Amino acid sequence: MLNYILRRLLYGVLILVGVNLATFFLFFTVNTPDDMARLNIGGKRVTPELIEKWKVERGYDKPLYVNEAKQGSEKFTETIFWERSVSLFTFNFGRADSESAGDIGAEVGRRMWVSLQLAVPIFVLQIIASVSFALLLVMFRHTRLDLAGVVLCVIMLSISALFYIIVGQFLFARVLKLVPVSGYSGGLDLIRFLILPVALSALARLGTEARLYRAMFLEEIGKDYVRTARAKGLSETTVLRRHVLRNALIPIVTSAGGYLPYVFLGSLVFESFFGIPGLGAYVIEAIGKQDFAIVRTMVFVGAVLYIASYILIDIAYTWIDPRVRLA
Amino acid sequence: MPKFVLLWTDTALWLLVAAAVAYVWHVRRRPNLRANWTKVFADAPALASAVVLIACALVTLLDSVHYRPRLPAAAGATSVAYDTRTLSLLDGLLQGLVNARETTYSRPLAYESFTKESIEVAGKMQRVAPRLIYGGAHLGQDAPARWVGDLMLRAAIGLAAGLIAGALLCALLVAGVARGRKERWSQAWVRIRAGETAIPWAVAMVTLLGLAAFIGAVAALAQGYHVFGTDVTGNDVLYQTLKSIRTAFVIGALATLATLPLAVTLGIMAGYFKGYVDEAIQYLYTVLSSVPNILLIAALVLMTQVFLDKNPQLFETGVERADLKLFLLCLVLGLTGWAGLCRLLRAETLKLRELEYVQAAQAFGIKPQRIMAAHIFPNVAHLMLIVTVLEFSSLILYEAVLSYVGVGVDPSMNSFGGMINFARNEMSRDPVVWWPFAAAFVFMVALVLAANLFADGVRDAFDPRARAFRPRLAARTAP
Repeated sequence: MLNYILRRLLYGVLILVGVNLATFFLFFTVNTPDDMARLNIGGKRVTPELIEKWKVERGYDKPLYVNEAKQGSEKFTETIFWERSVSLFTFNFGRADSESAGDIGAEVGRRMWVSLQLAVPIFVLQIIASVSFALLLVMFRHTRLDLAGVVLCVIMLSISALFYIIVGQFLFARVLKLVPVSGYSGGLDLIRFLILPVALSALARLGTEARLYRAMFLEEIGKDYVRTARAKGLSETTVLRRHVLRNALIPIVTSAGGYLPYVFLGSLVFESFFGIPGLGAYVIEAIGKQDFAIVRTMVFVGAVLYIASYILIDIAYTWIDPRVRLA
Repeated sequence: MPKFVLLWTDTALWLLVAAAVAYVWHVRRRPNLRANWTKVFADAPALASAVVLIACALVTLLDSVHYRPRLPAAAGATSVAYDTRTLSLLDGLLQGLVNARETTYSRPLAYESFTKESIEVAGKMQRVAPRLIYGGAHLGQDAPARWVGDLMLRAAIGLAAGLIAGALLCALLVAGVARGRKERWSQAWVRIRAGETAIPWAVAMVTLLGLAAFIGAVAALAQGYHVFGTDVTGNDVLYQTLKSIRTAFVIGALATLATLPLAVTLGIMAGYFKGYVDEAIQYLYTVLSSVPNILLIAALVLMTQVFLDKNPQLFETGVERADLKLFLLCLVLGLTGWAGLCRLLRAETLKLRELEYVQAAQAFGIKPQRIMAAHIFPNVAHLMLIVTVLEFSSLILYEAVLSYVGVGVDPSMNSFGGMINFARNEMSRDPVVWWPFAAAFVFMVALVLAANLFADGVRDAFDPRARAFRPRLAARTAP
């Protein structure tokens, strides 16, 4: 087990190297720092001096890979590649490209907790809601309820999440005035701000997930052990809960686990619509300001989270199904 | 003669049409493919959605023939001058809607403006809603009294005309069915009504009639009113939604197609060669999928922005620039979205390469690239098809999110994402401006729902395992 995790971690580092090289190539070779400076300063104010100043402030005036002017190891450390790519591995993200934004690392550390406050309830509620809805449909399979449920799922998954947000905000915050439209605060008051985005997010993905889980349950329900369980006289609910659900958990964990990186990264759209200052909103702001340093950092953070969550999923497998051995 | 302009996405779309025609011809000659496609259309929801999708495709294609109209020659001018705007055939058809521009918001089918203005009436200043310039202008002074009657009349005429046109199309359909079986029209009609044909044509006809009636009514009303109202600058919302259909279609179709070359070649190669090739390709797609998709797309789109700013010689008009941006967006979506299909094809190829017919081909000394092309590709093509149609609708939904984030299509281009983005502010006005949002919602849901239902039909027909999960009522047992 430990051996396996260690191997996965090493492969993860290898993948991070790949991600890093690809983003570095994309951001610094395809587009030179000059281009970025021009884009960032923007408009007609661009002068060679301003570009030079912008580059010096952010350390982009150094050579890309090898600094011939320096001696020894500084030949490689005094370069953009070292400062902006290798240093990511020590979680030293440096300064953002745009004027107002400060140190990226501090910002990410602060916003991560805000994102988690929104994302963990969403994740939990989503799984509970989708699994129970799917179980309900499976319980009433081959009836009109099942048919209507699947039709409802297809309709729901054809509606963009943005529609749920806009209609939800309009209905619950503006017309019924049950919750504030958007915002964020500390303490117990937070619940009032979070309840609507959490509920809407779960609703927006209910159609997709419930349909998927229903198919997974139906796949299990045709198997022999289910017939055996029924034959020994168990009630249908017990069969579903104790046998079908437990066996269908593996594909469910795989599919829900794929969503884990976004739990940490925050729902981009939901955070920005509801004015919650998490990582997702940070990314959207950065894209709006065309701040490449932040986008690059978030690509890296996202990849780290992806790798971590897949290792977590693997560990979860052994916990769900004792037959699975990681070797 | 106007000057025809071939935009990037136009070229791609017409190539796609050519490919689709070639595919239909191919399917007709292959009994197994024919049987599968018959199964697709035998599914009533899939057939009805196909009709809706074809209607949307027609709008898209009409909107994909671009030209620059010739300007009236100035006195003494020797050279021919063309308009600086690039129009499409659809723009030409809807010229009336484009020109009927109001000053600001107006409700659907209204004859008065949505906002009130201070106007002097009989010597006193009053807050009244001014009459619209085009919407309901034909009603004259006694508009409030005539308005409802006029609406009813127009809608009824439109419905009737639509139904007649729909009935004609249905007659053509019956004729086609009759020709296929070399029977008389009446016989074909009886069989269709009794539901004895392999494909439930009656469903297609009902959808067609419904659609034709809707189009007829909307077209008749659009002659004198703004059917879905106008937006903040007074532009017709119906026109914007129709234009958005093309954007959605282009993104859905081109972006999925753009994933195919990489996904198919790399997926089959990884599965067939195994070993180092497999390791390398697996590494490649793991790297790709470990980056949150939206971030990668955002990064790449920002890059294309820089590229467009650096190369202004690539386009002449604003429309051409927006179109090039859309084309590049499709490429970006293709470049970032191939990992899933690649993984699927690799797994399938790993299974196929151990089968006897592949081993026989190897024993005969056939070259690997030929085995992959002739023996493996045809047997994984159904997976490719299923994933392509499933992706179509999710990409349309994705476009809305991308536009919201600010890395979607050009803001000057009509798209559902852009409309929703505007609607966000409009819904928080008081009184609420709901119609642009509602129009975008109705059209987008109709398009995505149709695409989803069609995709389900294709999946069930080509993947026998998926069919088990269809909801069906229990077979009635004999008492």
